Amino acid sequence: MTKSELIAELSEANPHLLSRDVEAIVSTIFNEITAALSRGERVELRGFGAFTIKKRDARTGRNPRTGEAVPVDEKVVPFFKAGKELRERVNKGKA
Amino acid sequence: MCMNTVTRAHLSETIYTQVGLSRNESAGLLDTVLERMSRALQEGESVKISGFGTFSVRQKGKRIGRNPKTGIEVPILPRRVLVFRPSQVLKAYVNHQTPPVGGDDE
Repeated sequence: MTKSELIAELSEANPHLLSRDVEAIVSTIFNEITAALSRGERVELRGFGAFTIKKRDARTGRNPRTGEAVPVDEKVVPFFKAGKELRERVNKGKA
Repeated sequence: MCMNTVTRAHLSETIYTQVGLSRNESAGLLDTVLERMSRALQEGESVKISGFGTFSVRQKGKRIGRNPKTGIEVPILPRRVLVFRPSQVLKAYVNHQTPPVGGDDE
């Protein structure tokens, strides 16, 4: 499923909404999550999961091609942990 | 890292103010978005949100685990787990860097 397929499904399920509005809703959701993470905040959506950021220390990496050592700066990476309900649904599968 | 938490209530409030649906409908649509994504994942389908990241389901094989407290070996059965791969754009944003040009994924 892609973002545009998600928008199409939602538009179909909500015929009273303009597809432009549905698109705005979906974009707003992911933009807000992005904005929160870049403020260093966590986003918790019960039943679905939580988005957080994790700090990675600076380290010395290596160019895999040349074997040359390159410094890698400290950075943060986005992280998602599935909530209990979603985790169980995924594990159970279609069944 | 001190962390304020953004919840469903915050997100639906943002939909309410930015898109102009009623509060009720904003909350309902947020739920629907998450439910549709969950349903796809439950069926083993990946969910790819451009500019944000990809949620996918990974099959894990059986392995022997160990209760860290007692040291007793316990079998971990094969299972399916959800993984999220953030896009380059999201990674850049959280580091306050300019996202890669034309920058979607990989």
